[in-house]
Amino acid sequence: MSSAAFFLIAIVTLAAALAAATLPKLIHAALSFALAFVGVAAFYFLLGAEFVGLVQVFVYVGAVAVLIVFTILLTRRDVDRERGFNWSGVLIALAVFAGLLWAILKTARVSVLAVPVAPLTVRQIGEALMTDYVWPLQCIGVLLTAALIGALVLVMEEKR
Amino acid sequence: MARTPLPAGGTPTLPETMTPALQLFLIVSAALFCIGLLAALSRRHAIFILIGIEMMLAAAGINFIAFWRFGPQPAPPTGVMVTIFAIAIAAAEAAVGLALVMAVYRHYRTTNVDQFDQLKG
Repeated sequence: MSSAAFFLIAIVTLAAALAAATLPKLIHAALSFALAFVGVAAFYFLLGAEFVGLVQVFVYVGAVAVLIVFTILLTRRDVDRERGFNWSGVLIALAVFAGLLWAILKTARVSVLAVPVAPLTVRQIGEALMTDYVWPLQCIGVLLTAALIGALVLVMEEKR
Repeated sequence: MARTPLPAGGTPTLPETMTPALQLFLIVSAALFCIGLLAALSRRHAIFILIGIEMMLAAAGINFIAFWRFGPQPAPPTGVMVTIFAIAIAAAEAAVGLALVMAVYRHYRTTNVDQFDQLKG
């Protein structure tokens, strides 16, 4: 884990996230969102969780970002540029950030350095998924099926 | 486990080995969470409220992975598992949320959340 990589990824991720949160043009913001999630996946790689980083790229950059772009294009007749920006949200976000920063800097226990560990293999993850985490895995399967059916029901044309 | 002492000024500095400490990951994830909160609170477009929620979920994921990496490593990698499940739930949430945006758009012809006021008392 090198600090140069860390700061590079941190700057790219936070800048892209800020762009996604503030850019007035919707499609630009959606693409910055995809970049921000590539940055989050890079953090996972940096922390030694390569499998989670790959899942993040597949799910967010591959699926969710495309879904968001499609939704923007399908709802295009609406205003392309949005009006009105709620500045009280900025104040609340800054207050929450100040609180979190104070808590993190105040806690001495979180200023630990990484110890070298054995790399986590996909085999270990698969074994954990099939033994300790088999019930959560089944629940996630049911949840995803229900979400798929629910999404289809929501967007189906109503018969009149 | 090596601990980096906090300097008197309160700002985190890198230790001699130039390895980022857990604190820096927590600060980045707190910043990402607050950017997501900003997007969810101050944008007027329904899709961007969803994007903000996704960012907050990703910030939580970074925290889980960081605590797993820096903490004692248990035999089943709990932090990694929680993050994988959180990503799956976030994907389901995004699919249903975007379907809701489409359904509401069909009724109101807008995605501005200020104009979804039919249920307002």
